[in-house]
Amino acid sequence: MAKLQIDFDKVAAARTAAHNIAVETNEELASYSTETVERAIARLLGIDGINDQAVPLPNLVVESLKDAGVLEQGTAYWLARAAIDQGISAQAVAERVRDEELNWHNLGAVDDFQVQLWLQDEAEKSVGKIRANRLKRDALLNEYGDPSGALLYVIVATGNIYEDVIQAQAAARQGADVIAVIRTTGQSLLDYVPYGPTTEGFGGTMATQENFRLMRKALDEVAVETGHYTRLCNYCSGLCMPEIAVMGAFERLDVMLNDALYGILFRDINMKRTLIDQAFSRMINGAAGIIINTGEDNYLTTSDAFEEAHTVLASQFINEQFALEAGMPEELMGLGHAFEMDPALENSFLYELAQAQQARQIFPYAPLKYMPPTKYMTGNIFKGHIQDALFNAVTTITHQRIHLLGMMTEAIHTPFMSDRALSLENAQYIATAMKDLGDDIEFKPNGIAETRAAEVLSKSLELLKSIEQDGMFATLEAGKFAGIKRPIDGGKGLKGVFLKDQHYQNPFPELLTREEQEQAKAYAAKRQATRQ
Amino acid sequence: MSNYSLEQPKHQGEPGKIDFTQIRPYGDTLDDGKVQVSFTLPVPDDERGEEAARQVLAHMGLSNPSITCHQALDPQYTFFVGYGAFEAAIDYTQIKVQAVDVNVMSMEETNDFIREHFGRKLVVLGASTGTDAHTVGIDAIMNMKGYAGHYGLERYDMLEALNMGSQVENEEFIRKAVEINADVLLISQTVTQKDIHIKNISNLVELLEAEGLRDRFLLLIGGPRISHELAKELGCDAGFGPGKFADDVASFMVEELARRQELLQK
Repeated sequence: MAKLQIDFDKVAAARTAAHNIAVETNEELASYSTETVERAIARLLGIDGINDQAVPLPNLVVESLKDAGVLEQGTAYWLARAAIDQGISAQAVAERVRDEELNWHNLGAVDDFQVQLWLQDEAEKSVGKIRANRLKRDALLNEYGDPSGALLYVIVATGNIYEDVIQAQAAARQGADVIAVIRTTGQSLLDYVPYGPTTEGFGGTMATQENFRLMRKALDEVAVETGHYTRLCNYCSGLCMPEIAVMGAFERLDVMLNDALYGILFRDINMKRTLIDQAFSRMINGAAGIIINTGEDNYLTTSDAFEEAHTVLASQFINEQFALEAGMPEELMGLGHAFEMDPALENSFLYELAQAQQARQIFPYAPLKYMPPTKYMTGNIFKGHIQDALFNAVTTITHQRIHLLGMMTEAIHTPFMSDRALSLENAQYIATAMKDLGDDIEFKPNGIAETRAAEVLSKSLELLKSIEQDGMFATLEAGKFAGIKRPIDGGKGLKGVFLKDQHYQNPFPELLTREEQEQAKAYAAKRQATRQ
Repeated sequence: MSNYSLEQPKHQGEPGKIDFTQIRPYGDTLDDGKVQVSFTLPVPDDERGEEAARQVLAHMGLSNPSITCHQALDPQYTFFVGYGAFEAAIDYTQIKVQAVDVNVMSMEETNDFIREHFGRKLVVLGASTGTDAHTVGIDAIMNMKGYAGHYGLERYDMLEALNMGSQVENEEFIRKAVEINADVLLISQTVTQKDIHIKNISNLVELLEAEGLRDRFLLLIGGPRISHELAKELGCDAGFGPGKFADDVASFMVEELARRQELLQK
């Protein structure tokens, strides 16, 4: 394989710095939980549905615990106590909360041991459901085969789940490996998850559990017909990261957007809130065997792709360490980067090639997510199609895994069915025509590509060291990512962050981590087998 | 190639001699009227589908319609590329459009213009308002770095530019505008599905009018589907579509503010 000479001492130093950053950040946040984490726990314990005002029951439960002044001990604890005391399920407890028939302060005394037992049982049941979905995916991939090259990823974004299904099925038949249902604009700022099938959205479709289910079913149907498994992707970002992760785990999504910093930078969500939420949501994603996609590519849509390339690499190191801290195997870390340089820049193709190749070598097991040009797409669809072709060439040569296809009509409208088909055709042509090019060429020692890669690595190491010194929070306040400054006590969702009581209960991290470790072992065996 | 038409176009003009009272699309000969069209029909890829596609072209008013590519996207959907000739003619001499009428200045010239006409920094507030989460447009105009070699407004010495980013509520945007005593408001709208941009801008204009603030600010909008004409229709002062950069916006705002200042002094 065409390999760049990379200074791996610097890579190790960058990892160490990123590790320290993640550990220190998590330590600072260890004593906090958030309302969406609590709602995710309620969902994991089987609570679902809405009241007549369309408020989800998980929200009603957590709000009522908050109003009663007892949320600090955790939703898990209170659901267990109420379920035991009343001899009913967690869902029935939630329904009594909905009907205002339950007062948390009037529950009878319950033995702590009994609470533990109930929680252990219920949590195992829930995690068992998630495991079953994971095993089902493994079995399907085994049956149909998992493509070895880049996974072709296209989006649907009609706003109407039933229309999305038609577009997604067509794309799956044309050979798409991943279908992402883009979320309606604005959902990331909702502090609840809407319910049921939805047909109205702007620039995308609501992420609801029912919509997830409908799309999963549609893609499974096509798989039977074509003998090809199409992965389903949605978004964990926003104010409900862990809740959407639970929905994804229950409905067998395969890929989910999940970035430690994205919400802070691009949605102005409070940094404590996002960092706590991402940790729990990644455990859920990990246990479900869902590949996460991180959002580094977004930095380059606001800052210059040539000058700010090192922030992408630095963020990949940080996202990797946060994911490791959440127990994820590297094989589930779809770290993001993008082909976003100004096409007028001389040698831009070579620089993009160098950076993509370097990312491949630094994160050898990660299913890297590579994003197409968007910033310099102009409405000249003919030029746009060629920009996408150059991007496809870099993807193929450097063996990226999750290949987000560019659309020539980017900057004009959400893709037509034909745009998607032409884009798949373009990618398939290049993947075939250039299949082994990357393995057959070498980079000139100290040439333009190696020099560029080395420069990006050095600058990202410097940035990581300065973050390590200043701390994550101060770095975000200073605007070192994407040129966006965020105050520690600013942004949305801060009021949903609370300090946990010393008796706080959440049985899930332990079980979810166990599921992740199981997969990590299997992946380690696979790596060993490939090496031999 | 069976689709190749040898027929001469009906309105052949003399090369180089364009009659602007009757213009037609130009393929490779003046007045041949040739256009290319691509679209998808919800029908299977067969002879009947192809004929349906040809009829689509004919109903568009294209003569000699020919389908050069038909490709199944799915058992039920087919993609077509077709060519035809547009026979009607457009009288170019009679066309009037509302375009932003401005003498585009460089960043330095704009700074000098502000010093000369206002003697103080002008305050610009920008945002992508409503539920729109896209900042590409507002960033291209405002960010220090700018876009495609055109520096953004934050780089201008004589502008105090504040970019509030995306998903800013109209109410919050107006509050901020009053708080910083803005001279100019810049709104970017990228998402246009179901005309949400029109509803959102109309709402902003209504709010400004309700609070008696509309005349206090120069209100400019921009986005991929925004034209100057649309902006005027919605009650804004100007609209900037694709291909407009920070210098177009900056030049317009300072020249328009200067014009208004002069009117006041008269």
